[in-house]
Amino acid sequence: MNEVERLANRIRIHAMRMIRNAKSSHLGGNFSMAEIMAVLYTRILKISPESIEDPNRDRLILSKGHAAAGYYATLAECGFFPLEWLDSFYTDGARLAGHATRGTPGIEVSSGALGHGLSMAVGMALAAKRDEASWRTFAVLSDGECDEGSTWEATMLAAQHGLDNLVAIVDYNKIQALGHTKDVVDLEPFADKWSAFRWAVQEVDGHDCRALESLLKSVPLQPGKPTCIIAHTVKGKGVSFMEDSLLWHYRNPQGEEYEKALAELEANQ
Amino acid sequence: MRDAFVHTLTELAQHDPRIMLLVGDLGFGVVADFAKRFPKQFLNVGVAEQNMAGVATGLAMSGRIVFTYSIANFPILRCLEQLRNDACYHQANVVSVSVGGGFSYGALGMTHHGTEDIAILRALPYMSVIAPGDPKEAQAATRYLAVGHGPAYLRLGRAGEPIVHEGPIDWQFGKAITVREGEDATIISTGAMLDTCVKAAALLAEQSLSVRVLSMHTVKPLDETAILSAARETGCILTVEEHSRLGGLGGAVAEVLCENAQSPFLFRQRALPSEFTKHVGSQDYLREIYGLTAESIAEEMADLVSGKDAVPSRVLSVK
Repeated sequence: MNEVERLANRIRIHAMRMIRNAKSSHLGGNFSMAEIMAVLYTRILKISPESIEDPNRDRLILSKGHAAAGYYATLAECGFFPLEWLDSFYTDGARLAGHATRGTPGIEVSSGALGHGLSMAVGMALAAKRDEASWRTFAVLSDGECDEGSTWEATMLAAQHGLDNLVAIVDYNKIQALGHTKDVVDLEPFADKWSAFRWAVQEVDGHDCRALESLLKSVPLQPGKPTCIIAHTVKGKGVSFMEDSLLWHYRNPQGEEYEKALAELEANQ
Repeated sequence: MRDAFVHTLTELAQHDPRIMLLVGDLGFGVVADFAKRFPKQFLNVGVAEQNMAGVATGLAMSGRIVFTYSIANFPILRCLEQLRNDACYHQANVVSVSVGGGFSYGALGMTHHGTEDIAILRALPYMSVIAPGDPKEAQAATRYLAVGHGPAYLRLGRAGEPIVHEGPIDWQFGKAITVREGEDATIISTGAMLDTCVKAAALLAEQSLSVRVLSMHTVKPLDETAILSAARETGCILTVEEHSRLGGLGGAVAEVLCENAQSPFLFRQRALPSEFTKHVGSQDYLREIYGLTAESIAEEMADLVSGKDAVPSRVLSVK
């Protein structure tokens, strides 16, 4: 494992501990985006704990705000706030709420209601475009929120205005709240949809850090078009009995289950 | 009011590049001049109000002061969650401007009647709610909001309302304007009912009743001082709004009175029943049906004032 892969693994370990302590949910979607977040924060985003107020920083919007545990873990690992804050996640009087919340150092916008993030990202990218500024906007979306009409409203407007300073990354883990996406509202042909909406699209293995880094370093994929990266991921990635399982959208691991999962993740370190 | 808004915003945009106007593909003949003169400050997002509210927030969080413009319920109810979570939570400088408050688009039917907007919008944290009483107030409100005071809802009527205020006005956010002094009773008006309320007060003067008229252009935050002074000094309050009787101006004023009034008072609201109208017709026609005419308001007020000597059950007495 290289440095970025180890960070992704640590994000999973933190997130799992937080979710266990809080007896909360959404573990699977936290695990699926771990590499995406690790690569963004260590290799791509021009943002640091010292530059969170810098008007020229890159913006990241985690539109899938239910993956807050992994988001907070990423930010804490990257020094935006102390790792100890993670311990009280989701508990009475804690600093960190169950969905991503602005006011937490490094978090641009609050999210948690699906289908909001891309619109706000389009607004930010449009501002930068009209200011001829160099900063970029990244939005990490879930596949489930691509059911929302507002996501596609935002998609069309971004293309209309040629926002090549905007990157949407879809964590395509193929499971949403009540089942596999193909059985609920099938998004396929997914890449073709984004293409048809006049985005430059590339698919990638969302757990391959090198591939993610190389792709994200090459954006915009096409000048004059916003970029969509469809990251094929596995819900619950990293723990054998959690992978591709709807149960782990909800369940939190306790006791032996937790120890077994932790052993699998720690074996990677 | 519509023209006062857009002319004022156009004038201000010239001097402040932060000001942006977003439209949801509406405003034919209204926004063209702005769009032509300030293309970098204008954006037609298409028929997509949810996206408009989200994009407005993203722009506002990048330093802009954003006005979103559409008609009736489209820029507020269609995107209510975006206003709540995006604009309000982040206290972003997003002003939702709706043309067509109340029955402005009367004959267009229920979809175009803005009759629950005040109640719904005023429930959102950090959201200011402003319903100007005439074009002069609309101009003043626009000037205030264009500086950037967080999320706001600007409820306009239509084009061509009469100017009620003679001469310059001292419009202050959150402060009622006393349009007419009076000692026997008070009419509190919001939005485009102001002209009708002033006429009602004139009719009542003919009956030797001295009626104060307050233009409550800002429904949130509400001018509690003006309301409590009116209760103390006149003892009799009638609220008038082209809006549902649930949760609008009347409800807001009642909240203040019930919690804070130190002396007995009479209170009634003249507002719309909580229903979708089955009548088809112009704004004036619908106003007449629902008792939103000067004559009807004067009659209600005369009846209310007559109860001052009796102790009817509707009297709320606060010690």
